[in-house]
Amino acid sequence: MGQNGAGKTTLVKHFNGLLKPSKGRVLIDGIDTRHVSVATLARKVGFVFQNPDHQLFSETVEDEVSFALKNFGFDEKTISERVEKVLNILDLTHYRKSSPFMLSGGERKRVALASVLSWDPKILILDEPTIGQDSYQKERLRQFIMQLNQQGKTVIIVTHDVEFVTECEPRIILMKNGRIIADGDAREILTDPNLVSEASLVLPEITQVFMRLNDYGFPRNVIGVYEAKRLILERLSGGFMR
Amino acid sequence: MAIIRASNLTYTYPFAEKPAFKNVNLEIERGEFVLLTGPSGCGKTTLCRCFNGLIPHFYGGTLEGEIIVAGLKPSEHAIYEMAQHVGFVFQNPENQLFALTVEKDVAFGLENLGLPRDEIRRRVDWALKVTGIYDLKDRAPFELSGGQQQRVAIASVLAMQPEIIVLDEPTSFLDPLSAKSILEVIHRLNRELNITVILVEHRLDLAARYASRVIVMDEGQIILDEEPRKAFLEEKTKMVGVGIPKVVRLYLLLREDGINLSRVPLSPDEAAESIVEVLESDRG
Repeated sequence: MGQNGAGKTTLVKHFNGLLKPSKGRVLIDGIDTRHVSVATLARKVGFVFQNPDHQLFSETVEDEVSFALKNFGFDEKTISERVEKVLNILDLTHYRKSSPFMLSGGERKRVALASVLSWDPKILILDEPTIGQDSYQKERLRQFIMQLNQQGKTVIIVTHDVEFVTECEPRIILMKNGRIIADGDAREILTDPNLVSEASLVLPEITQVFMRLNDYGFPRNVIGVYEAKRLILERLSGGFMR
Repeated sequence: MAIIRASNLTYTYPFAEKPAFKNVNLEIERGEFVLLTGPSGCGKTTLCRCFNGLIPHFYGGTLEGEIIVAGLKPSEHAIYEMAQHVGFVFQNPENQLFALTVEKDVAFGLENLGLPRDEIRRRVDWALKVTGIYDLKDRAPFELSGGQQQRVAIASVLAMQPEIIVLDEPTSFLDPLSAKSILEVIHRLNRELNITVILVEHRLDLAARYASRVIVMDEGQIILDEEPRKAFLEEKTKMVGVGIPKVVRLYLLLREDGINLSRVPLSPDEAAESIVEVLESDRG
C-alpha cells in the first residue's frame, strides 16, 4: 500500500521479470529473474494488471481465458474444465461468448483475473483488484483470495482500498517515494495515524470511531465492525447480561 | 423546474439483445448532490451518458422516452453544446488529459467555443483556483499525481461553467487521501456554486456524508431513491450489494442487540458522537 507514484507497481513488476533490477537481485522460488524469460516465470507468477485493457485482446471471454492454457500446452479436456471452473468462480459464465470489450469496467477486470487464475500459478499478483467492483463482487473476490491463500498460494495485492484490507488482515508493506517505510500486520499498521498519513492512506472507518472514543477507555487499535460491537456491548452496564 | 427530467427512458446499445436500462423516470432539481450507485453492469454509467448526449450521438443505439437536461433535449443538440451545461469527469483522469500544460488542458474546451481571449483567461484562472491547482498551471499533466490529475480534469469541465457535473467513479484510481480531497472539492462546488452534482460511486464510505440523495440502480432500473440515512436502512440496498459504510454496519449490528443510536451515522464523527450519547446515558 502507499500513495500514487510510491513505486508499488514498479516493485511488483520485478516479481515476474517484467522489469529486471538495475542493482541487486530478485529470486522467485530460488530462480534469479535476470536469468530467465518472463514466459518461464509466468508459469509460477500470475500477474493481473490494474487496467484490464492492458491485457485483454481476444474476441470472446472464453478465448481470453483459455489463451494462456493453450500456450502452456494443456490438453483440450483440462482446458475446458479449467475455463468452466474459473468462469464460474468469477461469476462470468453468462458472458462466455461475449466480447470482453462489451463488458463494464468491473466485469473486464474479472475477465483479466480469470485469464490468469486459469493456469493456477503459485504466486498471484493483483494490482488494484477492487477498483470498479461493487461490494458483492468484492466480497466474492475476498473469499476467493483467502481460499487461494489457505491452499498455500502466495498472494500479493497492490491496493488503496483500506476497508477491503481490514477484512483480509494480511501482512502490509507500506511504500513511499520508492522506499519501504513499514512492514507489519494489518492491525498494527492501519491503526498508526502517522504511518497512515505518511502513506496517503486514511485510517479505517472503525478505527476513526474508536480514536474518538479513547477518552472512554476504549483501545485505539480496532479495525473490524464485529469487534467494535463487542467492545461497545461489554462497556454498557449489564453488558454481560445481554 | 427540474434540471434533469427523464420520462420512461429506455436505451439499448447497438447490437445488444436487451436494454441497458428501461422505463427510467427521474427528476433531479438544481443544486442537488446525487449519489448514483448499484452493482457493476446495472446501467448507471449508461444513464449518465444520456445526460450530456454521448447517448445517442456517440454511442448510437436506440433511445426511447424523453429526457430534458438544463431545458434541452440532448438528442437535438450537439455534444459540444451539451458540454456547456453538463461537465463529465471520468474514472481515470489520464483518459481525458492530453495537453502539454495544465493551463492549456483547462483552456481547451473554451478555445473550441471560440470565446474571447480575456474571457478564457478569466475562466481558466477561476477554475484553477477553485480546484486548488493554480500553482500547477505550467506543469505537464502527465507528471502530476493521480489526485492532481483528477483536479485538472475537474477544472477543465468547470471552466465551461456547467450547471451540472457528472463524475463517474472519480476517486477509484486515487489513494484515499487524494480521494478525500477530491470529494471535498466536489462538495464545495455543490455548496458554494450551487452546481448540481451526480456522483457515480461504489464506495460510499467517503461520499455518503456529502450527498443529499442516494439513487440505487439494479438490472437497468431505479430500485431505490432516498435520502442517505434512510437509503442505508433499506433491505433492498443490502440485497443488491451496495457497499454501505462500515459505520452504518456498526449502527445496524448494535441495533440487533437493542442498542439504538440516535441517528444513522454517515461518518466516523457522527458514529462516535452517537456512541458517546449512549455511553453517557448508560452511566445515568
